[in-house]
Amino acid sequence: MHELQRLVLDVVRLIHGLDISNLLLPYVGVGGGIEAHEHVDLVHTLKYTLIFLVGVSAIFGFGLALTAQKFAVKIDPRVEKVKEVLAHAHCGACGYAGCDQYAEAVVNNPEVSPSLCTPGGALCAEAVAFITGKKAEIKEPIFARIMCQGNWDKSSKKFRYEGVQDCRAAVLAGGGDKSCLYGCLGYGTCARVCPFDALSMAEDHLPFVDITKCTGCRKCEAACPKKVIEVLPASKQVLVACHSKDKGVDTRKNCEVGCIACGICVKVCPFDAPKVERNLSRIDINKCRVCGLCVPRCPTKAIEDFIPKRSKAEVTDKCIGCQICMKVCPVNAATGEKKKKHHIDHSRCIGCGICTAKCPVQAIEGTFNATDVFCLAAAKKQNAAS
Amino acid sequence: MTTDSTKLFELIIAASLTNNFVFTRYLGLCIFFGVSKKMETALGMGITFTAVMMISAALSWVVYNLVMLPLDITFLKIIVFIGIIAAFVQASDTIMRKMSPGLYYKLGIYLALISTNCIILAVPLINADEQYSFLESLAFGFGSGIGFALALIIMASIREKIEVADVPAPFKGMPMAFIVTSMIALAFMGLSGLITI
Repeated sequence: MHELQRLVLDVVRLIHGLDISNLLLPYVGVGGGIEAHEHVDLVHTLKYTLIFLVGVSAIFGFGLALTAQKFAVKIDPRVEKVKEVLAHAHCGACGYAGCDQYAEAVVNNPEVSPSLCTPGGALCAEAVAFITGKKAEIKEPIFARIMCQGNWDKSSKKFRYEGVQDCRAAVLAGGGDKSCLYGCLGYGTCARVCPFDALSMAEDHLPFVDITKCTGCRKCEAACPKKVIEVLPASKQVLVACHSKDKGVDTRKNCEVGCIACGICVKVCPFDAPKVERNLSRIDINKCRVCGLCVPRCPTKAIEDFIPKRSKAEVTDKCIGCQICMKVCPVNAATGEKKKKHHIDHSRCIGCGICTAKCPVQAIEGTFNATDVFCLAAAKKQNAAS
Repeated sequence: MTTDSTKLFELIIAASLTNNFVFTRYLGLCIFFGVSKKMETALGMGITFTAVMMISAALSWVVYNLVMLPLDITFLKIIVFIGIIAAFVQASDTIMRKMSPGLYYKLGIYLALISTNCIILAVPLINADEQYSFLESLAFGFGSGIGFALALIIMASIREKIEVADVPAPFKGMPMAFIVTSMIALAFMGLSGLITI
């Protein structure tokens, strides 16, 4: 312990004995040049350094504080909050240049709706409505739908295209290499513009929409040079996935899965939804009840059913035996006697959901539309009671 | 007077073409690769950069020659120049936000990036080392700003084309950008005999 103390004292004495100011201190510049001063007054240098640094930082500090105060911009704190909940895709689906502009507009302008952010969905609309004190309108989610099933195996080409692998470039070469003028070219422009990674190119050169990621921002719709992509409400899941306005014969020559305007879907549909116009059948989404009757009847399989597997109908004990389901069933799957519980033959049922919708006592469940139908009926009952 | 103006002109040409910071000194590459993806951002960055460069060169010249040289504390220049640039960028950011929001939304995002750029520090340091006069410092700052803008614009116009070109998969993106930059650097070597200072 004593030895250590002595050592420290020795070192201190040694430092005191040194006259640093007489040493030759090298002076290093930035360019690597060394300027040696013969004599450096360390005390002076240190003093000036300190004064200079303190002075400079004080001037900067006060200057910045002053400018910050004088030029302060008042921002509504709600704008920042709204910005946080928006989707930040800067997609322009709301009609404004970007998310910042929409956030500002929705806070400052009482007429701007809080549910314009399509990518954000219902959750975002509710959050924005809560922050701004407005009322959110509940909007059905919308998804991009590819209106073409003609992949490279099923459709023919009129020439071999070897240019830039982009639909917008391919379309410049005589309208694209596909024989069908209306079909998807399959060079993946839509997948590249999608800000949410919802679109990917499948092996068969058709885009695939991942509806868990798709927000309906319409960027792909705008980018597609063939206008093959339509953005439609999520519930409308039966669509004619073809845009070909060629005559039936030509369509069939070009593609195995094109709409040939045969009109069978028009005859099959119990709700008058499909309509054939200019050699193309189109399903009116306002009339369509998504029953899927037309899907198996289409001779070219041009009608696409987006419900992956239709569950069959099931009669519950609520049944009063009115026989209405027997009358509406398009495939005669419902059987039963009057005033007795009916039965639905599962080998025949196609899960169209028509009986569920028509049953006066909501006794049929199991179809894709059951929850919606029951909710609607419950709401009606509540309305009638009040 | 004529010699003065020729010297200034020479400085501008030297800083922008023959000794272009990006292509011959390899400074500021971070922003150069980050911002040169689109022509629009490249233009915005170029304009903002030149303006900030000139003003910071002037400010640091004043502080260096009027305060630091007389006090003999020139060894502090790196730290002081960084401080000056950061403070100036911050102040102009605040002022621009208030005075012209339009300009702020267009160029404001680049301002924060600029304060960490090495060209903007290199210019005052070179000015100090070469003992340029006030006007010469301004000319040097202007020249290097123009040179950087030029580099950005050349690169952006090429990269917009590369985006759609059929580049081998391992070279897609950054590797291709580096290769292209080296080509432009080679081309800029051809200018080296233009002016000698």
